[in-house]
Amino acid sequence: MQFGIFTVGDVTVDPTNGREPSEHERIKAMVTIARKAEEVGLDVFATGEHHNPPFVPSSPTTMLGWIAARTERLLLSTATTLITTNDPVKIAEDYAMLQHLADGRVDLMLGRGNTGPVYPWFGQDIRNGIPLTIENYELLRRLWREDVVDWSGRFRTPLQSFTSTPRPLDGVPPFVWHGSIRSPEIAEQAAYYGDGFFANHIFWPKEHTQRMVGLYRERFAHYGHGSPDQAIVGLGGQVFMRRNSQDAVREFRPYFDNAPVYGHGPSLEEFTTQTPLTVGSPQQVIDRTLGFRDYVGDYQRQLFLVDHAGLPLKTVLEQLDILGEEVVPVLRKEFDSLRPAHVPEAPTHASLVAARAVAGPAAGSTAAGAGTEAGR
Amino acid sequence: MSRRTLAVVSAGLSQPSSTRLLADQLAAATRDELVRAGGEVELRPIDLRDHAHDVVNNLLTGFPPPALRQALDAVAGADGIVAVTPIFNGSYTGLFKSFFDVLDAGSLVDRPVLIAATGGTARHSLALEHALRPMFAYLRAVVVPTAVFAAPEDWSGGTAEGALRARVVRAGGELADQVRRRPTAAPPDPFALTTSFDQLLAGGDPA
Repeated sequence: MQFGIFTVGDVTVDPTNGREPSEHERIKAMVTIARKAEEVGLDVFATGEHHNPPFVPSSPTTMLGWIAARTERLLLSTATTLITTNDPVKIAEDYAMLQHLADGRVDLMLGRGNTGPVYPWFGQDIRNGIPLTIENYELLRRLWREDVVDWSGRFRTPLQSFTSTPRPLDGVPPFVWHGSIRSPEIAEQAAYYGDGFFANHIFWPKEHTQRMVGLYRERFAHYGHGSPDQAIVGLGGQVFMRRNSQDAVREFRPYFDNAPVYGHGPSLEEFTTQTPLTVGSPQQVIDRTLGFRDYVGDYQRQLFLVDHAGLPLKTVLEQLDILGEEVVPVLRKEFDSLRPAHVPEAPTHASLVAARAVAGPAAGSTAAGAGTEAGR
Repeated sequence: MSRRTLAVVSAGLSQPSSTRLLADQLAAATRDELVRAGGEVELRPIDLRDHAHDVVNNLLTGFPPPALRQALDAVAGADGIVAVTPIFNGSYTGLFKSFFDVLDAGSLVDRPVLIAATGGTARHSLALEHALRPMFAYLRAVVVPTAVFAAPEDWSGGTAEGALRARVVRAGGELADQVRRRPTAAPPDPFALTTSFDQLLAGGDPA
């Protein structure tokens, strides 16, 4: 099972001292956090993509490329890549390039984006969110799998004799997760292609996640990719930890009370009960996280949000130490012992290359470059 | 005839509340009419006062806490709805509006609704026609023709009480009639898949 962190990339005032980091500080903090994630033994770092303040990560592959050059094992991902407002041609090119530079340590999570005004800045309309997602992803898949593409559709200028370069590393496209909170069409899309499904999970009641993952698993089997429990599921989580749970609650409360999204609404105690947010001791985080399995089944990837709401970098790095030293080793062992043998790990570049070798060279691209491979 | 349910939504803020009293009278009149026709009726009273904090939290977080979820489900799953609010500043209260704002879209389509209000003076009575009826029309609910307004003089006895009683009975009869005409209600499921992937790939918009 893979464990990691995902970041929104928000610039938020620290409510305890009124200090607001500059964009430069926040960007540098994000990559410091990513390197720390590798140092403490986590598997995945995923960045959000946003095109409006107060968020900084508008250019994910630039950031992930920088991190790739300074890490060895960390798997680089997104949460999420906007499949609606990005040109699928540019996604195909950017992430194939990143894949080469990172020696295959790349996958991506696609999402729609829920900020209406962003769409027209990129020539689109939020009312077309689902149709854009369907059409753009279908094109993206072809660009990665067919060397020469002729294509026409509803939302983009046609392509004639187009080759997206570089071709995916070893002729194997990055693995794709589809993220959605409550749009059944996206669970259906992930199931149709046999891709991964990531439930954001945080900020929402577990019933949403349970319904969406249940639908995805059922449809994954319907489309013949395996049994429902073999579908590839990722979940978000949100934690703040101190050795004593009372200390964690006391320290996190001002950040919670003033946070974007849920601040000035429910109490910390209410939100902890109603959503996956866990504020307490490492053991409480372990117990809560193991409990996710009770309503989604065995799953493949767990990403934690640890760096939002104005938490200072020093505190975030301490959270990563606790995750790496006390929480993830236990979770890894417990989840692995519970998972039946027929439930697969999340695909990686190495496993996808191996699977293609078994399936034979006929499948997929003909332009397999002589690449090295890595990733776990 | 099967068992029918009536959600009785009251936005009264004081306890006891004349808004609650009016809601109960309307619910009883509707129930009596349905029972007279041989049906069984379950009343589900919902005092929005009890959910005030949850309603605001839902506005901020996008999801209802469990107790509010139950109340919203009770409304979305009811065969008929009695909706009663005090009139503030010439319209429904903010709490009344906010409750219906956090109800899942489509929950009230073709759902029979009886609207009613209380106020400090009869001069507020047309707020029912100018504020409540258009809001429920927007939600595509079926609002019965008689809307009931209770001013202070309606509670003071004498002939005024008799007039209110007659309006309550007429409105309850209209709601019962609309409930009887329809099959038992089924709330929409926002997680249900309503389209095939082939349709989506062919450029079809989700329903």
